[in-house]
Amino acid sequence: MSLLAFCEWLAATEGSTALRESLMMYPLVESTHVLFLLLFVGMTVIWDLRLLGLAMKEVSITEMAARVLPWVRAGFVVMITTGILLVYAIPVRTYQSVWFRAKMIFLILAFINIWYFHARVLPHVAAWDRDVRLPKAARRAGLASIVLWALIIVAGRFIAYNWFDCDIQPQPAFVNWFAGCVVPPVQ
Amino acid sequence: MLLPFFQWCETVWLGRVVVESLWLFPVIEAVHLLALSVLGGAVLIVDLRMLGAGLTHRSVPEIARSARPYLIGALAGMIVTGVPLFLSEPTKCYYSNAFWVKMTTLAIALLFTFTIRATAIVVDSPEPPVRNTARLRLIGALSIALWVTVAAAGRWIGFS
Repeated sequence: MSLLAFCEWLAATEGSTALRESLMMYPLVESTHVLFLLLFVGMTVIWDLRLLGLAMKEVSITEMAARVLPWVRAGFVVMITTGILLVYAIPVRTYQSVWFRAKMIFLILAFINIWYFHARVLPHVAAWDRDVRLPKAARRAGLASIVLWALIIVAGRFIAYNWFDCDIQPQPAFVNWFAGCVVPPVQ
Repeated sequence: MLLPFFQWCETVWLGRVVVESLWLFPVIEAVHLLALSVLGGAVLIVDLRMLGAGLTHRSVPEIARSARPYLIGALAGMIVTGVPLFLSEPTKCYYSNAFWVKMTTLAIALLFTFTIRATAIVVDSPEPPVRNTARLRLIGALSIALWVTVAAAGRWIGFS
């Protein structure tokens, strides 16, 4: 079964249909997804600004990690839960959205950045725990995080717009390819 | 009484530019959300501390001082992007309950943040590990409630 066929099957399920057509539930899930930007991206930005030496300068990195990152993780749990529900409600259009696909690519890059920082940079924290100006690798991770989450927010917001939807043709060849649109060949 | 003013807003150049563009509204809206995220961090890191969570080994004024430039910057970003968004559909906003809820709570939240909350941070905050006063904790909780209401009502303008 292709992913597109899976999305088509998912869209036809009772739960997906109910959520998509509900007057209150869909907007509530969507608003929760947006509101938790305050907590999730907000706390992420504070953490990144510390890595860049631009805020919370007197707080050590280990203290930041122990006291701020749990809030980032809690925020992420809500983000991913509401995010999955939003895709569940509108699977086919979301799957074929260039913005959703771009968002997922940025999301994967953000997680590679997190993994790299925690696996390769943070283990050496003892040498610079209280420094304001951190080693280049740490600053680079902070900057990459801010840029990637900003791109994720912008791409996420643009999913709502139908400029590049598959059912609006003609589209540039790149859009049809990137969105995986099934377009009948032009005669 | 305010309706003529909102109708006049319809004619403002900046709003017309946004309406006539396919891209401007979504782009400005996305930047509005970016500023919202920074605002969330700058407000919550302090409010959580007032509630006795987050950076509890630091004093509240120390955290508030460090967060302040980002609070001011994010608020400036919200207003600079919010005004053209409003000007692109002032009459719709006039008839939207969510818009009035947002503007009312926004006014309260701004006043609260720069008077009661700002004063309490300086006057009421004990040095850690002394527990925060009930008053300080209440102010932290109220700040979160106010800003979440502003953001939620803002989102709801789009549904009406």
